[in-house]
Amino acid sequence: MFAFVIRRALQAIGVLLAVGIISFAMFRFAGDPVNQIVSLDTPAAEREQVRRSLGLDDPVPVQFARYLSSAVRGEFGVSYQFRQPVSDLLAERMPATLELAFCATLFAIGFGVLMGVYSGLKRDSFLAKVFQTISLIGISLPTFLIGILLIYLFSVILGWLPSFGRGDTVRLGWWSTGLLTTSGLKALIMPSITLGLFQMTLIMRIVRAEMLEVLRTDYIKFARARGLTTRAIHFGHALKNTLVPVITIVGLQFGSVIAFAIITETVFQWPGMGLLFVQAVQNVDIPIMAAYLMLVALIFVLINLAVDILYTIVDPRLRTSIRQPA
Amino acid sequence: MTKRSKFLAATVAVLMTGAALPAMAVTLRYANQGDLKSLDPYTLNETTTIAHHGHVYEGLTKRDKDLSIIPGLAERWEISEDGMTWRLFLRKNVKFHNGNPFNADDVIFSANRVRAQGSNFQTRVPSGSEWVKVDDHTVDVKLKSPNPIMNAQWDTWYIMDKEWSEANNSVQPTPAAATTPSYASLNANGTGPFKIESHQPGVKTVFKPHKEWWGKVEHNLDEIVFTPIASDATRVAALLSGEVDVVEPVPLQDVQRVNSSANAKVQAGPELRTIFLGFDQTRDELLFSNVKGKNPFKDKRVREAFYKAIDIETIKSRVMRGMATPSALMIAPQIFALSKDFERPKYDVEAAKKLLADAGYPNGFEVGMDCPNDRYVNDEAICQAVVGMLARAGVKVNLMAQPKAQYFGKVLKSGNYNTSFYLLGWTPGTFDSHNVLFDIQGCRNDPNSSRGESNLGNYCNKQHDELTDKILVESNKEKRDQMIKEAYKISTEDYAYIPLHQQALAWGVSNKVNLVQRADNQVLLYWAQKKE
Repeated sequence: MFAFVIRRALQAIGVLLAVGIISFAMFRFAGDPVNQIVSLDTPAAEREQVRRSLGLDDPVPVQFARYLSSAVRGEFGVSYQFRQPVSDLLAERMPATLELAFCATLFAIGFGVLMGVYSGLKRDSFLAKVFQTISLIGISLPTFLIGILLIYLFSVILGWLPSFGRGDTVRLGWWSTGLLTTSGLKALIMPSITLGLFQMTLIMRIVRAEMLEVLRTDYIKFARARGLTTRAIHFGHALKNTLVPVITIVGLQFGSVIAFAIITETVFQWPGMGLLFVQAVQNVDIPIMAAYLMLVALIFVLINLAVDILYTIVDPRLRTSIRQPA
Repeated sequence: MTKRSKFLAATVAVLMTGAALPAMAVTLRYANQGDLKSLDPYTLNETTTIAHHGHVYEGLTKRDKDLSIIPGLAERWEISEDGMTWRLFLRKNVKFHNGNPFNADDVIFSANRVRAQGSNFQTRVPSGSEWVKVDDHTVDVKLKSPNPIMNAQWDTWYIMDKEWSEANNSVQPTPAAATTPSYASLNANGTGPFKIESHQPGVKTVFKPHKEWWGKVEHNLDEIVFTPIASDATRVAALLSGEVDVVEPVPLQDVQRVNSSANAKVQAGPELRTIFLGFDQTRDELLFSNVKGKNPFKDKRVREAFYKAIDIETIKSRVMRGMATPSALMIAPQIFALSKDFERPKYDVEAAKKLLADAGYPNGFEVGMDCPNDRYVNDEAICQAVVGMLARAGVKVNLMAQPKAQYFGKVLKSGNYNTSFYLLGWTPGTFDSHNVLFDIQGCRNDPNSSRGESNLGNYCNKQHDELTDKILVESNKEKRDQMIKEAYKISTEDYAYIPLHQQALAWGVSNKVNLVQRADNQVLLYWAQKKE
């Protein structure tokens, strides 16, 4: 077990290194940061001065070595646009993104499981067909379009929900939360739905398929024969067994929910890390881009690591196969 | 007392107490496409940022609603006979937001800070000028050469408090490569009509009126809340739903919708920026063309043909949906009065074809064109229209539209002017023609001068440049204007560039709000009135 974790951790370091190299290589095509820092009529001499002070006139290998060594130490320097340390900026934006990702996931699980169970049990009912249609929309419509449609319906036409931002936030230490104010909660609704719709669809479809599968198995038939109530059979036995793949999916998808929050955050001007990243790309703010990509890679790696470890704990079969490779 | 009169008396009493209550606080909510990234007024020379700072900080001069120069922190100024010394008389009894008095030391401190490394505003103060304190409210500026337009850009050179900057370790401007965050980029202490209540970079900034401001208050606001909203659709939605009162800009395709809505309208007007096309006129062979061994753009007839092949009215009506003013000059008419004496050559494809044939290209040729796609209003669409129009004259244009980050990296000096044919926009920072004549129409052949650094295609005419130098030192306005006209005449006759138009400003404004729209696109809310 220990050796397994070590091996996984080493692989994780390899992945992070690869992300670092690829993202550094990418920055060279993102454009010239100096042009974004100075205005169009800035004399060339002044531009050169800026370039020198940023170390952009050094040879590429020197720049890469400097980038790697500071990345290893967790230092990502100061943002070109904001003139503030990137770590501060990310720490300030992280609560917004995590809260959004959390609410979106919660929404996806709640509605996904409910709708999945229902359409699994009453396959031919009208409501089940409605759910299927919704899931089709969720899978096929692009996120930004859903976001904009929601904004037009609920903000412009009905005027119920705010079209942008986080509402009022409350600071709990360094964490700023929108979960404790009415305007904050209202502001969370549409972005969460937009971000979580795809996951919800996924969960619904899995739960439905699993439900159909499980309901045909022998132990369900046996439970019926024992005379258990339908309720106990459906929720006590059947649903429990469908949830294993759901947990896997939710776990693995949480990373992508955070990463794909970029689009939702742009549409709703949600002040999270994704929005920061998009603006950084437009302005060739390399320190932010580098830090964000590394952070997202780290989140993915950690989640995968955790899922792998959890697997071996949950499923004893995996454990033995690790000990004695077949 | 009858019942009715009792009722009336009660009503009157209620109304009176109502009137005696303080009016509701007036909050104006404003959303812009761009962020307010740093509060340090010397960090980023960009319109939106400068406009934000202008609420908090003030310059020695200001620009009025019609862009004319008016006194700011300097009440008046005198220029010596030889033009080499300026004496500035500073306004008395002005206080910074922290209560510090404003005086000559602050001006001299700011003059040094703005010229220091890391400042993006170094050209605001002439290099080599000497700033001397005469007394607490008088400063002498000694110049190396006369400069009658020295104060043209002082409205956006904001004066900072010396004591505050020193106490907060902000004597140097915040350079881009700073390793520690600067206090001045997160905090502000100016003399302006508003002070910063809170500032979360990229998220939200709250301004409150500065009660002790020296000037006459022309707004009725108790608070300004600024939020950046980058997404066009969301910004317009926020305006239509009434969540914000002012948005800038409204994308052209949404103008109609905003105007037909019940609670907002689009305030439009011509902007100062001129959008134009430029040619590489300096290389012996174009980088991106099928013509080898020679450069067709060196031939004036080819440039003229290109000019005549472009149907500016179609660009105006189709691409810009009417939101543009075609221009004959490389400067906006608001800042050069004699612009009216110039006219664009007529759109004439046949003439263009003939000119091309005369120049030796009866079947046209191929050329690559560089165009930004996220910098100016509908920039890529303009370029696509140009491609189509030139095709009619037989020229095949290979369009390379790219985000501004890549575009500017390629075409500017840092990218070695790597272009053959391009679209660019230019606003003279000084609001004066000299800037246009020097920066984009001047020869860039002298490596020791910054002349022509933004003249990407290196249009070059010695006579034009000699005139430009004389214009810089001429102080008689009328004579100077005539000389400027002469210079523009030279460049238009050379077909140095193809000026296209001044794009229109489009601000989305709630019906409750009255704004003053200045042609430099600064959204200045100290002239805003909001009814509840």
